[in-house]
Amino acid sequence: MATLELSIHEEAVSPVRTGRRLGMLFWTAIGWMILVFAVAILAPLLPLPSPTDMDMLERRAAFSALHWLGTDGLGRDELARLVYGARISLVVGLCAPVIGVTIGGALGMLAGYFRGRFEALAVGSMDVLLAFPPLIFALAVTAFLGQSIFNLTCVLGVLSIPAFMRVARAATLTLARREFVIAAQALGASHARILLRELLPNVALPLLAFFLLGVAVIILVEGALSFLGLGVPPPISSWGSMIGEGRESLDVAPRLAFIPAIVMFLTVLSFNLIGDTLRAITDPRQGAL
Amino acid sequence: MNAQALLSVENAAVDLPTARGNLRAVDSVDLTLAPGKTLGIVGESGCGKTMLSRAILQLLPKKAKLSGRVMFDGQDLTRLSPDALRKLRARSLAVVFQDPMTSLNPVLTIGTQLTETLQEHLELDTATATKRAVELLVAVGIPAPEQRLTQYPHQLSGGMRQRVAIAIALSCEPKLLIADEPTTALDVTIQAQILDLLAREQRRRHMAMIIITHDLGVVAGRTDEVAVMYAGRVVECAPTPVLFKNMHMPYTEALLAAIPKLDTPPHTALPAISGRPPDPTRPMKGCSFAPRCRYADGRCQGEKPRLERAATAAHQYACFHPIKLAAGAGA
Amino acid sequence: MTPMVGFLARRLFYLLPVLIAVSLLTFLIASLLPGDLAYTILGDQATPENVAALRHDMGLDEPIWWRYLGWLGHVLEGDLGRSFRTGQTVLQAVAERLPVSFELMLFAQIIALAVGVPLAIVCAARSGGPFDRFMTGTAFGMLSVPAFLSAILLIYLFAVELHWLPATGYIPFTEDPIGNLRFFVLPSLTLGLAEWPGIMRVLRSDMIAALQEDYITLAKAKGLKPSRILFVHALKPSSLTLITITGINIGRLMGGTVIVETIFALPGIGRLLVGAIGTRDLIILQGVVLCIACGYVLMNFVVDMLYAVIDPRIRHGHA
Repeated sequence: MATLELSIHEEAVSPVRTGRRLGMLFWTAIGWMILVFAVAILAPLLPLPSPTDMDMLERRAAFSALHWLGTDGLGRDELARLVYGARISLVVGLCAPVIGVTIGGALGMLAGYFRGRFEALAVGSMDVLLAFPPLIFALAVTAFLGQSIFNLTCVLGVLSIPAFMRVARAATLTLARREFVIAAQALGASHARILLRELLPNVALPLLAFFLLGVAVIILVEGALSFLGLGVPPPISSWGSMIGEGRESLDVAPRLAFIPAIVMFLTVLSFNLIGDTLRAITDPRQGAL
Repeated sequence: MNAQALLSVENAAVDLPTARGNLRAVDSVDLTLAPGKTLGIVGESGCGKTMLSRAILQLLPKKAKLSGRVMFDGQDLTRLSPDALRKLRARSLAVVFQDPMTSLNPVLTIGTQLTETLQEHLELDTATATKRAVELLVAVGIPAPEQRLTQYPHQLSGGMRQRVAIAIALSCEPKLLIADEPTTALDVTIQAQILDLLAREQRRRHMAMIIITHDLGVVAGRTDEVAVMYAGRVVECAPTPVLFKNMHMPYTEALLAAIPKLDTPPHTALPAISGRPPDPTRPMKGCSFAPRCRYADGRCQGEKPRLERAATAAHQYACFHPIKLAAGAGA
Repeated sequence: MTPMVGFLARRLFYLLPVLIAVSLLTFLIASLLPGDLAYTILGDQATPENVAALRHDMGLDEPIWWRYLGWLGHVLEGDLGRSFRTGQTVLQAVAERLPVSFELMLFAQIIALAVGVPLAIVCAARSGGPFDRFMTGTAFGMLSVPAFLSAILLIYLFAVELHWLPATGYIPFTEDPIGNLRFFVLPSLTLGLAEWPGIMRVLRSDMIAALQEDYITLAKAKGLKPSRILFVHALKPSSLTLITITGINIGRLMGGTVIVETIFALPGIGRLLVGAIGTRDLIILQGVVLCIACGYVLMNFVVDMLYAVIDPRIRHGHA
């Protein structure tokens, strides 16, 4: 089960072979990502039938010229649903980690830079948040607060804060002691200046790598929740809800579940590959052995 | 070579492929050691002495390539099967590494680390092995040995840990013990004790020993022979008293001068050797020490000196401008 | 033994505030409900008088911190509330379903370890070789396959196509052991498949690092058997991280059981939770969340204890 525990253990080794050249795997992943993004953004302009138009006479239809990927249980065009589902999955998948990286990154940098009681407080509150099994937390909040894309994104974002905080803090702790920071302080630079000009550019890269990994995780978690009908509120559908609905027809039309599953898998895999490659580059110690 | 020699290293060379090209860590080294004798190998860090010891022990890193022969007790270690080699260890060849904090396993008890060797090679049962372990700890001078058996390395002081490492090395009565910088990681006050312990045990067991160090002072009076290494080669080797009285290599002279002595006036500058050892990935045409040698000339830079015999047959050196030091400069 | 007792005492000291914080957080989440709990409970019987009366009855008109303390008091007495749908108390409902979830988590963890640990050891011993590269790649790929995807794949393969195993259902172990195990195969496999890559990657990298340490070189120099070096000298120091991962996994497993129990219709706590969300049974929801969260904290505590057993340095306060 994909987890909101974004500390994909930092010493784990990736199969990504880095070195100066980025392999074919990396570029294929980039290619797929661009394709998915392009299709999602350009969705309204594409010559697709509406994803909500139901054609009761053509339910669970096979591939045809009219419906390239067939139709689902309610006669809706699968390809269109896939494309519009991508929009939802990507919106949640991107916005939630943005919340995490901005708040968590800021908290982490401040904690690593100022140390002392602020750091203790920050780390302590993260520990409280981490004391909760993440999925349970997400379920509880959306249950009480109500299911909506906004709520879902916020909850998942909040749950990703501790992981980003940890990365930012670790990076800041190692950097804050380096000469260039001490030099800036000696020159009378203000804290804000040091944080923004000196530390942030260096912390940004590991955070970016982690961000991409976070997107992968969030897409999976949102997928799981929507699969159960507890993520994005019906009738809005993301890949997860498509897979969930496809489950009903596993015996007659397994493609209804497997097509969105494969698309989701490839997208998540691409994010993981790119994020892992970036992480291996920015911190060679943790990269390929 | 010498039929009586326990260990005979013949034209050994160790090559390490690195990102910057091939690194020749050890270059055409010949060494012999008779049973029961002690050899000291001295040199700066990076001169290849550790690689040489690993080559003898057949414990080189996976990427390293060894050429030449290592004859031990009549067998060529480079040609032995892994299983035959494994059986040879501990009972014939033993080693003590520099830092006992890292060479002892932190999550296993002292007792386990002692008895496992005994049980593996001597096939003792647990009770006998434990008894032997206690005897060994007593022999290396560790108080309250029974308690130590259930303790972990981090609970002992540095000196005691090294004594344990020595006990482990001695446990199966090896014919040759290699001590790789055995005292470098220890307090100065403990160093002499550990060296004395090694010397004592060596005499008692008629064991051959190789002491590897960067400090000439360590080998004075404790070794039968000394080999001085520089940039992967042996540049001088002689019986110890001969080396100290009649050293021929400028490098050896410089090493000796760099040892602080009790009778120098206070605040005298220590004559350190200027410059740095050469880059081992770029082999030099001439003598490797030439850039730092005060006697060097054109010939030294163009041609590599080979080892030749001196007045005493056992004394060899590799230099075009050997020096003759008549006054003994004991350490 | 005294350092051990001291270690235990210190850990227990931290436990208490965490549990309190968890209870507070749970309570706050529950009070997030927009609109009115009483309203929801009464449903279409909600007249202004009924609502006011019920609110007063449930103490909903009091300040929040007072309600929290009151609720906490009840909890400490063992009263987590009663479902207004089924009439069962929270504790009864949880106790009924705990064995099911526990069985699922146990089997899943066993499968994950049984697959991950041996693979990690083999890959570490032959690191860089073709098998290692293949397995590392596979593990990486599997990280992108979440439990619900494996679930439908397994269901399709084994239930729909091959008809070897049932897709849903449950029989208690005490009634029919074989039947019970049959129902657990697919769910445990699903969850186990989601967990083994994490375990394998971490243990493998730890062992590779351990194998490069000096003490391994010395162990080789001692002429010990390669199997002993691998399993005793290298595995033991690496198992510490394995325990950490197993500990973190418990949180993931708990989340995973929610998904898996719902898909495979196992009457566990996860399904209880999801069901309560469906029927808006908010008392049960609050109580179950509290139980799960506290269980999670306690399990992490146990994992911390295991650390001290494995690594003597931590026991003696050194690490």
